[in-house]
Amino acid sequence: MGRYVIRRLLQMIPVFIGSTFLIFLMVYALGDPVAALFGDKAPDPATAARIRKDLYLDQPLWKQYLHYMGQIFQGDFGTAFNGQPVTELMASAFPVTLRLTIVAILIEIVVGITLGVVSGLRRGQLVDTSLLVLTLVVISVPVFVTGYVLQFLLGVKWGWVRPTVSSDAPFNELILPGVVLALVSLAYVTRLSRTSIAENVKADYVRTAVAKGLPRRRVITRHLLRNSLIPVVTFIGTDIGALMGGAIITERIFNIHGVGYQLYQGILRNNAPTVVGFVTILVIVFLLANLLVDLLYAVLDPRIRYA
Amino acid sequence: MRGATHAKWAACAVAVALGATACGGGSDGGGGDGAGIVSSSWGDPQNPLEPANTNEVQGGKVLDMLFRGLKRYDPETGEAVNMVAESIESTDQQNFTVTLKDGWKFSNDEPVTAQSFVDAWNYAADVRSKQNNSPFFSNIVGYEDVHPESGDPKTKTMKGLVVKDAKTFTVALTDRFSTWPDTLGYQAFSPLPKSFFTDHAGWLDKPVGNGPYTVDSYTKGSGMKLRKWDGYTGPDKAQNGGVDLKVYTDNNTAYTDLIAGNLDLVDDVPAQQLKNVKNDLGDRYINQPALIIQTLTFPLYDPGWSKAGMEKVRQGISRAINREEITKQIFQDTRTPAKDWTSSALGEKGGFKDMCGDLCTYDPAAAKKLIEDGGGLPGGKVTVTSNVDTGSHRVWMDAVCNSINNALGRGPVCTVNPVGTFADYRNQQSSYKLTGPFRSGWQGDYPLIQNFLQPLYYTGASSNYGKFSNKDFDKLVDEANAESDTAKAIAKFQDAEKILAQQMPSIPLWYQNGSAGYSERLSDVKLNQFSVPVYDQIKVG
Repeated sequence: MGRYVIRRLLQMIPVFIGSTFLIFLMVYALGDPVAALFGDKAPDPATAARIRKDLYLDQPLWKQYLHYMGQIFQGDFGTAFNGQPVTELMASAFPVTLRLTIVAILIEIVVGITLGVVSGLRRGQLVDTSLLVLTLVVISVPVFVTGYVLQFLLGVKWGWVRPTVSSDAPFNELILPGVVLALVSLAYVTRLSRTSIAENVKADYVRTAVAKGLPRRRVITRHLLRNSLIPVVTFIGTDIGALMGGAIITERIFNIHGVGYQLYQGILRNNAPTVVGFVTILVIVFLLANLLVDLLYAVLDPRIRYA
Repeated sequence: MRGATHAKWAACAVAVALGATACGGGSDGGGGDGAGIVSSSWGDPQNPLEPANTNEVQGGKVLDMLFRGLKRYDPETGEAVNMVAESIESTDQQNFTVTLKDGWKFSNDEPVTAQSFVDAWNYAADVRSKQNNSPFFSNIVGYEDVHPESGDPKTKTMKGLVVKDAKTFTVALTDRFSTWPDTLGYQAFSPLPKSFFTDHAGWLDKPVGNGPYTVDSYTKGSGMKLRKWDGYTGPDKAQNGGVDLKVYTDNNTAYTDLIAGNLDLVDDVPAQQLKNVKNDLGDRYINQPALIIQTLTFPLYDPGWSKAGMEKVRQGISRAINREEITKQIFQDTRTPAKDWTSSALGEKGGFKDMCGDLCTYDPAAAKKLIEDGGGLPGGKVTVTSNVDTGSHRVWMDAVCNSINNALGRGPVCTVNPVGTFADYRNQQSSYKLTGPFRSGWQGDYPLIQNFLQPLYYTGASSNYGKFSNKDFDKLVDEANAESDTAKAIAKFQDAEKILAQQMPSIPLWYQNGSAGYSERLSDVKLNQFSVPVYDQIKVG
């Protein structure tokens, strides 16, 4: 087990290097960012040359990449154009997005799995059918529609909540954006766990447990649910990565100054250090979330072993 | 115990994951609702908040509250009025003597002296400071010494700036420039306190200026709280207790907050909301022309566009564009059809006049005739280029092309070349690679007609992207700059504009408006020519 984890961690190194290089290449392909700094005016050549030199932009691409990686290993992610170190941007953005992700994932797990279990156990009945239709509707509505509609209804029209999130972004203000963010994934979680439960309900071990005379509650939670969770865990694991980096739309709608917002600003202003820095961290989050999922398999299903 | 071991390893991996992400904590509080405080939407400034490094509205907003320069533009008339300056005098339109008023000081009690200006200007011009606005100082004698084309500067000061005493300094320009004193209302010319140079990082965290407000707190990326400075002795004391600027991720979100009553002032009403704005805000909505013009510039470095006779084709394309319809349908009247190469925000007195006339009026039949008389489009085709990441550029380019295609009646001869990002577009534009007309926006730095003509159309000028060159035009600009009487100088500039109408190096499209919406709590909300709210005049309650 320990060796397996170490092997997986070592495998991350080439993935990490490859993905950061690709991102670096892509941001580089967007063109020279210095010209855009001057607005409608023509850049002053001497000043532009100085800025390029400071940002290492006058070097060939491979040198830039090596220089950048060298800096990263010293904990220096470079500077955004407004003079703020990228690490400072990360320090303010990641906790916010992490809180948003936690809210969304919790909603997904609690509501999604509960609904999945309920409809899986009542397969073919009215509850099951109506939940299926409901999830279908939720999946087919784009996030920005649910976002703006809920924001308008709850925030402006009825005034139940603040329509936007303040810069602190405490948990209670993140509930509405969390719901919006969780809705689509929630529908997937419901469907995945429903299918899984519906299949396993007929499995031998469930019948054995029932025949042993175990209480229904214990059969469902200990035997049925635990074995049915593997596909759901896989989905939630990858979803953590997606939510950490992909909340751009939700973050813009609700004024959340998180990772998505910083990435959007970075791309808009063609600021390589911001984009590459944030994506690098996101790559690490993705890799670790996947490792975690694989390890959780073994916790859920004792038949799975890693050597 | 198998499960327990697995769980332990999983927990361990969680710890690693958290270790990588758990960095730093929260920031300080959001909007406070103190008495008389205006809360206003903001965007993260693109550059550090130094006066000579700020060339966009968001940073400009703050500087307008924190600094007062030698002159200031009257928000209504655009006239440059003396602020810190007692007088700026010259006998030859080239060597100026600046005298300061008594009693001005920075909010840290340091007096504003001639040295405060000279130090600030030397810093701004120095290539080592990497200030965006350094070219504004390029007409001061000795600029090349601190800002050489390449290599390190030899000195830190410009010869042309000499401090005579605490209240007086002289400026020597390289050429005659009669309206130079009127350019000094631009924020790049602000004075700086000593702490800017001694503790630069500290100053950037909490800027100190000589304006009606002081910075109470500044959290980069989320907001800034400015408070009225009670010790301010200038003529334009703040009429409110302070301003809370809040950074919004999107102007739509800011607008939602205004409607929900969480925000007092939004200074950029999003295009999607323009249909609702009358309903939501009634007369608490401002929409007025700003010092911004959008044009279609022709690549005159391309012989296909610059050969004799092509001026008729260029004029014809101008007449084929239905400005009225586009500004109404696409921009919901937040653009005003252009009638000259400046901006209507200059006002008649500042030199705005209908100089384009018929040539900017939609007439498909005349357009077709002009284009055919001039020998037709080069290669029978035209491609219009712009960045399309902001400003509905894609939509109006399509409309312009349709307008041209319909006028010519030869099928789709006009096509659109959308460029994904502004940076990429700027690189194509400034390397002279474009072979068809391209969008050029120009935001005036100061409300002077000179600023709309010389940097854009003078031979070899810095933002002359089409490489237009005309001896008569250059001569008229030179004469205008040497003219000591402002009215006569403006008349000369207007004569120069007539040459633009004949040659049509770029087609005026429309003037961009500034917009703002505000809550019922506020009154006396105005926008200045730069579409920045005049914060010090806003009254609360």
